[in-house]
Amino acid sequence: MQHLLSTAELSRADAIDILDTAAQMAATQEREIKKLPTLRGRTVVNLFFEDSTRTRISFETAAKRLSADVINFSAKGSSASKGESLKDTALTLNAMGADAVVVRSAASGAAHQLAHSGWLTGSSFYGSDHPGVAILNAGDGTHQHPTQALLDAYTMRRHLVGPDALGQGLDGLKVAIVGDVLHSRVARSNVWLLKTLGADVTLVAPPTLLPVGAETWPAKLSYDLDATLAAKPDAVMMLRVQRERMGGGSSAFLPSAQEYTRLYGLDRKRLEVLPKHGIVLHPGPMNRGLEISAEAADSPQSVIVEQVANGVAVRMAALYLLLAGKE
Amino acid sequence: MRSNSFRLANVRPYGVEPVDITVTNGVISNITPVSQETGHPGELPSDDEFWELDGKDHILLPGFVDLHTHLREPGREDAETVLSGSKAAALGGYTAVFAMANTNPVADTAGVVEQVWRLGQNAALVDVHPVGAVTVGLRGEQLAELGAMANSRAKVRVFSDDGHCVSDSVVMRRALEYVKAFDGVIAQHAQEPSLTVGAQMNEGVVSSELGLAGWPAVAEESIIARDVLLAEHVGSCLHVLHVSTRGSVEIIRWAKQRGINVTAEVTPHHLALTDESARGYNPIFKVNPPLRTADDVRALREGLADGTIDTVGTDHAPHPVEDKDCEWAYAAFGMTGLETALSVVVKTMVEPGLLTWADVARVMSVTPARIGRISHEQGRPIAVGEPANLVLVDPDAKRMIDPRAQATASSNTPFVGTELPGKVVATFLRGTPVVFDGVLSATS
Ligand SMILES: [Zn+2]
Repeated sequence: MQHLLSTAELSRADAIDILDTAAQMAATQEREIKKLPTLRGRTVVNLFFEDSTRTRISFETAAKRLSADVINFSAKGSSASKGESLKDTALTLNAMGADAVVVRSAASGAAHQLAHSGWLTGSSFYGSDHPGVAILNAGDGTHQHPTQALLDAYTMRRHLVGPDALGQGLDGLKVAIVGDVLHSRVARSNVWLLKTLGADVTLVAPPTLLPVGAETWPAKLSYDLDATLAAKPDAVMMLRVQRERMGGGSSAFLPSAQEYTRLYGLDRKRLEVLPKHGIVLHPGPMNRGLEISAEAADSPQSVIVEQVANGVAVRMAALYLLLAGKE
Repeated sequence: MRSNSFRLANVRPYGVEPVDITVTNGVISNITPVSQETGHPGELPSDDEFWELDGKDHILLPGFVDLHTHLREPGREDAETVLSGSKAAALGGYTAVFAMANTNPVADTAGVVEQVWRLGQNAALVDVHPVGAVTVGLRGEQLAELGAMANSRAKVRVFSDDGHCVSDSVVMRRALEYVKAFDGVIAQHAQEPSLTVGAQMNEGVVSSELGLAGWPAVAEESIIARDVLLAEHVGSCLHVLHVSTRGSVEIIRWAKQRGINVTAEVTPHHLALTDESARGYNPIFKVNPPLRTADDVRALREGLADGTIDTVGTDHAPHPVEDKDCEWAYAAFGMTGLETALSVVVKTMVEPGLLTWADVARVMSVTPARIGRISHEQGRPIAVGEPANLVLVDPDAKRMIDPRAQATASSNTPFVGTELPGKVVATFLRGTPVVFDGVLSATS
């Protein structure tokens, strides 16, 4: 594994390797001294073109617990503002001698371009790859967010397969992913990773929030949350739904927030339909009262807080596997 | 530069039997079949300026006519100028190009179209015909002074807001009606804007996986359906630019069967490439309309072969590197095309047996000249008494596409690094060899 760009490119062996390594990392995090010397002398750059304090802190914590030097580089870049470009920033990073770049961008494909465009070596137009720098995709537009899917899978495996389930996938588990699939990199990342790990995925959304083309994805599609819950999924993942998608203008995807909550929100009544062992996930930040009620979010079946902690372990594993092997 | 009196020995007009062609003062004066016994018969003038070229059995076609070129001047001379674009056109085998109106200032007045026309005259490598904007500022609200542009020295007959769609139905109706007064044609960029807000690539399987906002085929097809019905209603003629979907081909086929006066264009890149190209997120493949599916490509090739689609237009759209070497969503739409169009047509249409060389002449020269209302001087038959607007093509040559070796001022060709068949050996503009031996002639 040279980069971590998309779960669609991840083999089952590599995915399970990351989950197993994350389990080892998580074990070290129970100790009093959490810091490991593994990546001492290595430089990890957090390159964030989009505000995401949660993800940045998670990566930063992961890198620091592995004793890497961390540089946080926040740049506002958009087509409108024409701020510092990803390409120019990449040239700067190369000059700094980064070993890994964690990149977050509103532009789908940004991480892929950083890995494959030659920008890090100063050549334009898709020259040669730069073998020296590992690129970790921390979310690119509405494309992928692979470490989020890996932490979700890690959390599911711990709860639904077992805490010591090393070497195992998620074979046969039923997972429902509910909400704005169209705009969700979390959904895309999860669909391909869960498929690779052997789970059975159902995407649940109003038709306007399922992309044209999703009928070819390795997942079932449903417009009916209650029917999906009646099939007793082992895990339900609620996606964040942005309020600007609802009501108002002609570009809205939904009639109103209230209607969305009625049809697709996870409330106490729907929670009761879940099997006893079923868990509730959410990538955060939550819109309480919109896609998930407070009762569902705070119920014993919710693993939402644990997801955050698992995120650090999974990101430690990803950084370790991408960097520690190389000298 | 060599004179416009010469003999081309052993060339094959439209790819058929070899002949010797004599051109005197820019006009074809003699065509003699190559006799196997005597070699090259025919009278040779005893003029000092007269020269001869062995055509080596290459193919001779009428000079190409591109109804869809963006020369960017005035306004974006960093991307292209009328001169650099004229060079690219000549090297591509073109003897006439139509320069789209989306310049800065927009070509929506007699003054701007005359400026572009004059720049073309000065470059003197191809005939440059300005396209006039349909609406003021390409805003789609108010008709530009179409009559003034038609009556200007540029004699504009083709009007287009290309880059933008004339989306308002009544504005489109009035435009179609109005140009009947001077035998004009509206060339529509068919794109319903409300269906393509923020759109980045064809909406389908690939866009769903890549997380790039989808550009549905129906955004194009709904406008074409409306426009052919409007053209029928007001008895005018419509030219549909860069058709890209199977549905569009089917609507146009239906309209033609119904007797509606509609013509249609396909670009070389839509004949060759699909939305699978977007998988590497390289914005070199970002174009408007977007690259579609393999099934759409098949329908476009069939439509061009059966005459539903009338012309190949390049939509040559040069952009400076900084507008392409960035994230996909922030990159400009468009590809260069003048210097690769013929080769792409050879690869996608001639080599698979979908078009003959005579068909190539039809879709790249004769019909576009007719639609552009210049068939009195371009797209003429290769016959005695006709102006020598000609292109000599080596069909067997293979060439690696290298943007740095091209004359266009921009490097955004999607065919960079690929090998394509067919090479323009010479281009003659009224007998003057503006391209000779595959390179631009030194200007006199
Ligand atoms: Zn256009």
